[in-house]
Amino acid sequence: MSVREVGRSMVHVAALGGILVAAACGGGGGGEGSPQMLTGAGATFPYPVYSKWFHAFNQATGHQINYQSVGSGAGVKQFAENTVDFGATDGPMTDDEIAAVGGKVLHIPTVLGAVALTWNLPGVTALRLDGPAVADIFQGRITKWNDPRLVALNPGTALPDRELIVVHRSDGSGTSFIFTDYLAKVSPAWKSSVGAGKSIAWPVGLGGKGNEGVTQQIKQVEGSLGYVELIYAMSNSLPSAALKNSNGDFVMPTLESVSAAAAGTTFGPDTDFRVSITDAAGAGAYPISSFTWLLVHPTLPDAAKAKALHQFLDWMVTPEAMAMAAELHYAPLPAPVVELVKTRIATLQ
Amino acid sequence: MPTTPPPDDVATSDASLALSAWGDRIFKGLLVASALAAPALLVALLWQLLSGAAPAIGAFGFSFITDSIWDPVAEKFGALPLVFGTLLTSFLALLLAVPLSLGVAIYLTEFAPERIRQPIAMVIELLAAIPSVVYGLWGIFVMIPILQSSVYPFLEANFGWLPIFQGPIYGPSVLSASLILTIMVMPFIMSVAREVLLAVPAGQREAATALGATRWEAVTTAIVPYAKSGIVGAIILGLGRALGETMAVTMLIGNRHDIAASLFAPGYSMAAVIANEFAEAGLGTLHASALTYVALILFAVTVLVNAAARLMIWRMNRGAGK
Repeated sequence: MSVREVGRSMVHVAALGGILVAAACGGGGGGEGSPQMLTGAGATFPYPVYSKWFHAFNQATGHQINYQSVGSGAGVKQFAENTVDFGATDGPMTDDEIAAVGGKVLHIPTVLGAVALTWNLPGVTALRLDGPAVADIFQGRITKWNDPRLVALNPGTALPDRELIVVHRSDGSGTSFIFTDYLAKVSPAWKSSVGAGKSIAWPVGLGGKGNEGVTQQIKQVEGSLGYVELIYAMSNSLPSAALKNSNGDFVMPTLESVSAAAAGTTFGPDTDFRVSITDAAGAGAYPISSFTWLLVHPTLPDAAKAKALHQFLDWMVTPEAMAMAAELHYAPLPAPVVELVKTRIATLQ
Repeated sequence: MPTTPPPDDVATSDASLALSAWGDRIFKGLLVASALAAPALLVALLWQLLSGAAPAIGAFGFSFITDSIWDPVAEKFGALPLVFGTLLTSFLALLLAVPLSLGVAIYLTEFAPERIRQPIAMVIELLAAIPSVVYGLWGIFVMIPILQSSVYPFLEANFGWLPIFQGPIYGPSVLSASLILTIMVMPFIMSVAREVLLAVPAGQREAATALGATRWEAVTTAIVPYAKSGIVGAIILGLGRALGETMAVTMLIGNRHDIAASLFAPGYSMAAVIANEFAEAGLGTLHASALTYVALILFAVTVLVNAAARLMIWRMNRGAGK
């Protein structure tokens, strides 16, 4: 359904762009404001909001942005090879990758994503967990639902003497990266023996392909617990566990609690935005949250394209654009971060 | 000087002769080019795989095939559970599919009433046309719930003393993947085996019957032995299909990089790990190179299997020509 809608809006974008390009050429065009064609590639997770943004931006300005949601890894690769005007990724580029492009990259945070823990256990409709317990579950150290630590976290909930079956993503994904980045922060044992990454050597559990694969396995196996993207959990009405954040509060994943995680993180004025906001401090901050980024060259060789991209980035952080993100269940950037992003965009040439 | 000019028709026929000679040459050139394109592609593919896998081959050598750790974070890679998973699921699929397909093929060529032979063969061949993602979805939504609620508990209760039927039942498992592969390779084996049995000369059948053999004896002593090499070729074609199957296996095998004794436990296969991890592996990383190395091993295994199938069919044809 949504794919079809996206497809239809893409057709609109293409048609409108074509008309505008034709009009500009007919008018002798080539001036400063002539419609530009920009290409981008990368992360699949923010694709719905990007596609909506690019469509709205096209209607407002005539600039056409063509985005291929090929995955974060491929986005970084295409950005480094200069086959696209901008990239997009769920995990920031590593120092090695930045060195490979000669340091010529700006990370611009766009929206926030989060990872929700969901489960299938008849009779249990709410669940409270903390970081060390989640790390031990995914390391196979907690194997029963009535483990004393889970019981202590969930007073008043009758947890059965039942095997706890772990479900994780089998495909390389930004969701796994955010989740394991969090586990590595809250559990030294996880950090030393498993680590963080898009593809993981999981100590236990079943692997499902994609959010839908994980969800299907959880639905079919009673006693299972796994993680999915928050938007996927919300749009499919899956139960989500409340997680204990570093303030000691139990927080449900919501748009507000995810934005709070970004707001609670302090950025230096010269930040490159490559910050992990998992296990963020601050009241009401949901601990498994993350930015997703656009990758932009500080200087684009084509001045007209650079101008159009700059224009888009300025537009993207307007309240109007951020509200579009919230409609699609993406947590918008909190105000202090928007201000920082604006000053960073101003440095673009 | 009255010289008679050559009649027009001779001139045109000469010209058209020259033209058609050119046409022949162009046609031949095109044919040669298309004939060379296939082997050239194969060589290009092999070269691409070798150069992509070179860093992983340099880092791990042949111990890649005997190591069991697959840790993209620590960049340690060993493919033994993948090779094992691919071979085990394919072997199990053949174990179940071969008797079933041969049974169908023998029934359809020797025993079935004439008017149902073609319809049944067609229906089974239709199974081959179903996309593998559809098999995968059907496996998740229909087959696994049935297996989980009845078949697996039955196996555990009655054959639980065997290590292969022990341990928790999750649903996605080596056995589930093998069963979907069984359904997927059956039409291939069945249709080739049927063609082979149809090619057995009527004389074989008549001779056996003339010697007083029953129908069963004719099948086991005269017909199947005659078609033996062709049937082996059919089985190897099915094996090739099972080894390379990706989508349905990825959806049903559980994607666990491990070698377990129990068939109820999740496993992994070579094609499945490539489908899962390649998109996000990042070009130039050791992870991507290790996945290419896996692809190279899979390529080598399937080429060997296909070469064996060709050899079998060639032997069968030579046998039939005598």
